[in-house]
Amino acid sequence: MTPGDKGSSCQGQFTNPETPGYVGFANLPNQVHRKSVKKGFEFTLMVVGESGLGKSTLINSLFLTDLYPERIIPGAAEKIERTVQIEASTVEIEERGVKLRLTVVDTPGYGDAINSQDCFSTIIAYIDDQFERYLHDESGLNRRHIVDNRVHCCFYFISPLGHGLKPLDVQFMKAIHNKVNVVPVIAKADTLTLRERERLKRRILDEIDEHGIKIYHLPDAESDEDEDFKEQTRILKASIPFAVVGSNQQIEAKGKKVRGRLYPWGVVEVENPEHNDFLKLRTMLITHMQDLQEVTQDLHYENFRSERLKRGGRLSSHGYILPLSPAKGSDPEEMDKDMILQEKEAELRRMQEMIAKMQAQMQKQGEGDGDGQHM
Amino acid sequence: GGDTPRMGHFNSSLEDHTRDHGFFGYVGIEAVLDQMRHKAMKTGFEFNVMVVGQSGLGKSTLMNTLFKSKVSRKSCTPDYEEKIHKTVHLQSVSHVIEEKGVKMKLTIIDTPGFGDQINNENCWDPIEKYINVQYEEYLKEELSINRKRRIPDTRVHCCVYFLPPSGHWLRPIDVEFMKRLGKIVNIVPVIAKADTLTIEERLEFRDRIKRDLEAYEISVYPQKEYDQDVEDQILNDKIREKIPFAVVGTDKEHQVNGNKILGRKTKWGIIEVENVAHCEFSDLRDLLIRSHLQDLKDITHNIHYETYRVRRLNEIKMNGIGLSPLMLVNSGSEKDDAGNHV
Repeated sequence: MTPGDKGSSCQGQFTNPETPGYVGFANLPNQVHRKSVKKGFEFTLMVVGESGLGKSTLINSLFLTDLYPERIIPGAAEKIERTVQIEASTVEIEERGVKLRLTVVDTPGYGDAINSQDCFSTIIAYIDDQFERYLHDESGLNRRHIVDNRVHCCFYFISPLGHGLKPLDVQFMKAIHNKVNVVPVIAKADTLTLRERERLKRRILDEIDEHGIKIYHLPDAESDEDEDFKEQTRILKASIPFAVVGSNQQIEAKGKKVRGRLYPWGVVEVENPEHNDFLKLRTMLITHMQDLQEVTQDLHYENFRSERLKRGGRLSSHGYILPLSPAKGSDPEEMDKDMILQEKEAELRRMQEMIAKMQAQMQKQGEGDGDGQHM
Repeated sequence: GGDTPRMGHFNSSLEDHTRDHGFFGYVGIEAVLDQMRHKAMKTGFEFNVMVVGQSGLGKSTLMNTLFKSKVSRKSCTPDYEEKIHKTVHLQSVSHVIEEKGVKMKLTIIDTPGFGDQINNENCWDPIEKYINVQYEEYLKEELSINRKRRIPDTRVHCCVYFLPPSGHWLRPIDVEFMKRLGKIVNIVPVIAKADTLTIEERLEFRDRIKRDLEAYEISVYPQKEYDQDVEDQILNDKIREKIPFAVVGTDKEHQVNGNKILGRKTKWGIIEVENVAHCEFSDLRDLLIRSHLQDLKDITHNIHYETYRVRRLNEIKMNGIGLSPLMLVNSGSEKDDAGNHV
């Protein structure tokens, strides 16, 4: 800050609206708020895990909707040859005038086949496809209505029955941790006692560390936040991975109706923090929705984008190197050949352009200096 | 913060809360919006204002008055000399000002020399060029492979154009400037030093200007075609009624009725700058800062910048000039007109 005249400082002390020094731009966050409310939010959540881990039940519990009303659970015979499907369902939620468009991407078939060697290539392709689309839209001429379908968060379901992560778990998480925010979740936590749960959590965290898996880290609470929020953040961070139970049924317990699972030995309440981490998972998702989106945009998407642009692709109609658009339903081998041809053509064209430009410049300057550009 | 802890009590039934509070339950939609607000406040805001008008119209004083700080270049340069520049110079001065925890990097771009010559033909060229250069810089960064997380925004969000209080019509230079620049930047015209006009004279002047603006098809902020919905339209129609604002600026304070107020003291009375009966300074301040600051930035980003971008991308297509990311990564040997490296 450069000081003004001798005597008066360049900056007034703006404290409250009544003081003469009040300018009013402190109102700016409210202006931004108002615009965000009008615009609404989009959020995409992906769920991955073997069949039977309670993913669909959990999703229904989380959003109190029935996203899978007519579900038919396939038998073993059908599962043998099944490949991984991608199923996306969208629900629009509005509250206090704020609209949230929530998309849940389910991945039935994951881990079902006898040989699950390649079961996640479809999933990775889906994530990349959303990035590709966004990159394409962002590079286009009309950018007024870009839809953000990028996957902002992936809940990865871990079976409570093992002693930690399975090889498939490790492989999958390592394959996607640079593309999406991974939140590991211990499914069907009611199969474990509290002690077993703690042990399993520690084991999983150790293995995550050991294999260098990058899971989503909740940002620490800022020093200027209130104590309750800081405490909440501490508790959430300490509970990862969340051990959850889901249910679509209402059970009578302690005189009131709760979502839960009825066993001969008692009722497991979904929303009881002493029984499982369901509420924590939900809180984390909602309070960190914004951060999850930001990390997706600033980290995962930007990584994708720079890799993509470095690789290069077809020269678009407006001369800008655009990533290749995904060709749907075409033979992968054919597509490869096409891609290679197109890339070669583009490369040739680029080189020709560069040479032409260099020649023009050289003529102008009358010197043999390449001006820093190289072929 | 607030009275109720943001964290839900992990003991209550989700469904009870959902019934009462909707989907977000006890966590509340506020949690999502709070995060946004908090992040916005931490990163701070940028706001770039350009002031254009002949010497002596009170541009610097007005900026100082608007931001209650000595933000103009005049106030912050120790050896500033009042002189007529031979050409239009563009000079910018930035300050970080803070209010109630909200930080703003305010940049005022001054244009001394505009309209001051005998022959003022094309005096708008350097200004047009400056605005476009800022768009170009932003575009370059946006296209580069390893782009910054937050692209530095030096684009001009608002151009305050000072009309001398002649009381007659728009002058040819006013028409030329606003017509051209209105296409690439948000223009807010103001009647400067309005204390030389009586209220009747002001109203007549304003009417004539409005008719001129329409006749010459000059686009000023807030532009009708960018009203988002009925609510916006109603709000903006009211503003459009009052444009251009008749303003008076000062940094002197006087005692009036026991209060300290900003004003100009004359023998026939004190002109109170923030008194709506005396002049429309408060309306200008409310528009620029309190209510439409973000909108000015949004229109700049979503409309003016996009228009520039489309034009540039089409230019690239026609000339085959590579603005490809590959070349951007390797660029750094571009030269501006003066032969200096950009």
